[in-house]
Amino acid sequence: MIHLTRMILQRLALGVLTLFVVSVVIFGAVELLPGDIAQEILGQSATEQTVAALREELGLNDPAHVRYLNWLGGVLSGDFGRSLANGREISSLLASRFGYTLFLAAYAAAIAVPLAITLGVLAALYCNSIFDRLINILSLSAISFPEFFVAYILLYLLSAEHAIFPSIADYGSQASLGEMLYRTFLPAITLVLVITAHMMRMTRAAIVNLLAQPYIEMARLKGLSPARVILRHALPNALAPIINVVALNLAYLVTGVVIVEVVFVYPGLGQLMVDSVATRDITVVQACCLVFASIYILLNLTADVLSIATNPRLLHRGR
Amino acid sequence: MKFAEMNRRRFLQTSAAGALAMASGPSLAQTPEPRRGGLLRIGHSGGATSDTIDPATFAAGPVVTAMLGGVCNNLTEIDAEGNAVPELAESIEASPDATVWTFTLRQGVTFSNGRTLTADDVVASYNHHRGPDTTSGAAGLLEQVVDLRADGPNTVVFELASGNADFPFVTADYHLVIMPDDGSGRIDWQAGIGTGGYTLEEHEPGVRISLRRRPDYWKSDRAWFDEVLLRTINDPTARQNALVTGEVDVINGVDTSTVHLLQRRPGIELVEVTGTAHITMPMFCDTPPFDDVNVRLALKYAIDREEIVRTILRGHGRVGNDHPIAPANRFFAGDIEQRVYDPDRARYHLQQAGLESLQVELSTSDAPVVGGVDAAVLFRESAARAGIDITVRQEPEDGYWSNVWLRKPFCVSYWNGRPTEDWMFSLVYAADAEWNESHWTNARFNQLLREARAELDTDRRAEMYREMQELCRDDGGTIIPAFLNYIDGKNDRVAHGPLASNRFLDGWKIVDRWWSAA
Repeated sequence: MIHLTRMILQRLALGVLTLFVVSVVIFGAVELLPGDIAQEILGQSATEQTVAALREELGLNDPAHVRYLNWLGGVLSGDFGRSLANGREISSLLASRFGYTLFLAAYAAAIAVPLAITLGVLAALYCNSIFDRLINILSLSAISFPEFFVAYILLYLLSAEHAIFPSIADYGSQASLGEMLYRTFLPAITLVLVITAHMMRMTRAAIVNLLAQPYIEMARLKGLSPARVILRHALPNALAPIINVVALNLAYLVTGVVIVEVVFVYPGLGQLMVDSVATRDITVVQACCLVFASIYILLNLTADVLSIATNPRLLHRGR
Repeated sequence: MKFAEMNRRRFLQTSAAGALAMASGPSLAQTPEPRRGGLLRIGHSGGATSDTIDPATFAAGPVVTAMLGGVCNNLTEIDAEGNAVPELAESIEASPDATVWTFTLRQGVTFSNGRTLTADDVVASYNHHRGPDTTSGAAGLLEQVVDLRADGPNTVVFELASGNADFPFVTADYHLVIMPDDGSGRIDWQAGIGTGGYTLEEHEPGVRISLRRRPDYWKSDRAWFDEVLLRTINDPTARQNALVTGEVDVINGVDTSTVHLLQRRPGIELVEVTGTAHITMPMFCDTPPFDDVNVRLALKYAIDREEIVRTILRGHGRVGNDHPIAPANRFFAGDIEQRVYDPDRARYHLQQAGLESLQVELSTSDAPVVGGVDAAVLFRESAARAGIDITVRQEPEDGYWSNVWLRKPFCVSYWNGRPTEDWMFSLVYAADAEWNESHWTNARFNQLLREARAELDTDRRAEMYREMQELCRDDGGTIIPAFLNYIDGKNDRVAHGPLASNRFLDGWKIVDRWWSAA
């Protein structure tokens, strides 16, 4: 256990370093883009005076490293600062958008993870049967279509042709849980279709891999039922790779769903970041990146910790 | 002779089509009696997380539709016929040379916080866009205002640097909404308070704006809906979906490539007006080879306008005649011969310039106008037949206005147009204009511009503007291939009266003017 605690602390320290590097890279990348926020906000109606006044007001005349250090100092003292574009507190801006993103991600994950693991186990159980093939074909077809295509097909069938589900997923500020689940059903299903195949295939492969092991053969020879062999003997040993792929897909659900957000008009964090890059609102971009990077780091850490915790050999190695 | 006939026939065709479109617009919109109540839901393009309700940096998206038409009022507004009519002003008087304008305010108008409108509020609202520190997009527009003062509680006096007969149009600009003075001569725009028919209930930038009707609005025949919800839907397909599935009642900016599919849906109606928005292709008149008027004319004859309207705009537009004045403008000179694609004329002008062939580079992108790249490629093909070799250079969309426009000698640009001739010409075609995108300096044009601005006699002004449109067409440095229609879509749950054509969504006044039909 001491080994595990030390590893968690080490990884957290490395994570903080990663976040720092990410913020430097993002700051540099946005600096390299043509135009700055003053020009982007004023657009065609910019004059030299108004651009200069806006730059002065936003403190854009300081050299890049000074602006970066100012920002870093703020973040270290827990202050994300204000949006350059509209002067709103970034922390409150992020909080509401992040709530949207997390809700959709949790919704999709709550459907996709049990579904994928069940299907994966069943596919392993009936390996090479018609059922196995059918599941494979269906899930691989679902993942092969780009997500906007899946989204539009669902919209066409379930919203435009048969008005069963709404085409706009934004549930507003005062919606009940039922309303929220109903409104976000189509985007959630879109994401489920996109991520299920990956997790299902990995579950199946990990289990099928183990089925050739001598101890599985031993279990079979003892006369255990195939379901029991897989659930009791194979699955626990296959958990490490499954946990890893689940963690990766959860990270994707939080950070990579901009397209689904656009199609279903859902005000998540991804849309916020794309908007902010377009206007060069660098403080918001940085804050979004930190959130995304933290999610990745934490999910990966959780996956590793869980892999170790579910594997007695690794768990007790430190002794 | 044959050439002229051909032109006249073509001209009659296009102008007949234009007249038909304009005549059918208002008659299609059956106008039952407006009724109070209901909810209006708009799917709006152009919203972003960076949106602010600061009138200085309004972006032309849902914020302007909500603030200009719902929450606030201006001193004047543009009506369906394109005239500037008093809004918060009760009467407007100009001095004989049109340099001093006196606006008398309407009595008993209150802000949504209960305060009564006074002249100080107007002064504070205008000063927000003036002075060296302002970040306002309207700063250039108000440079002509030398002095502005309250004369008693109900009168505001503007002194202009030189006469401007169109000043009431300036006061209808979307930046120039009136907000309350906070006591120190500034406006507190963060509060989002105005004299309009609605109060701002919720503003989640780039997501949604919700408005609720005020019971004590000073206009009795406007602001019919109880509630208005403006959703930002930037993706054109998602916007169209939202209208088809009944999630919203009105959308703006219908995609021309799918407009025919939308038309077929029962219960959905297109709202289309030919406005003042146009594509321009400015050439620097002080940079070779464009410093020779014959080169400019050769290029103007080498572009196939009909084809651009047909393929890029899919018919939802009108050919341009190399001047920025649209039929929606008051002094549009419809009898000026329409310039058509004529490779022989183009070759002739090349010879006049002493050239065998011509090589130029045209910078473009889809940033100024969707289809900007395709339009440039079509131009390259039609010009090749006139012996002109155009290299189409596709520039990055990001930063197009800062790095390409006004920097490259020949590029694709776009203007929403302006409600008056003087405004449009002064902004982009006057010799000293900051945005004189073609570096055009024509002494006669600039003299006429100054004279017409201060001329209060309408017939004389019409004559002057006619000559300026001709000068622009024949000597100017800007190719104007087409005017774009504003295409909005609505369902049968909302209704409207005669439509303004100065902007989309009924001149951005949908919230004030439309009503619930069901």
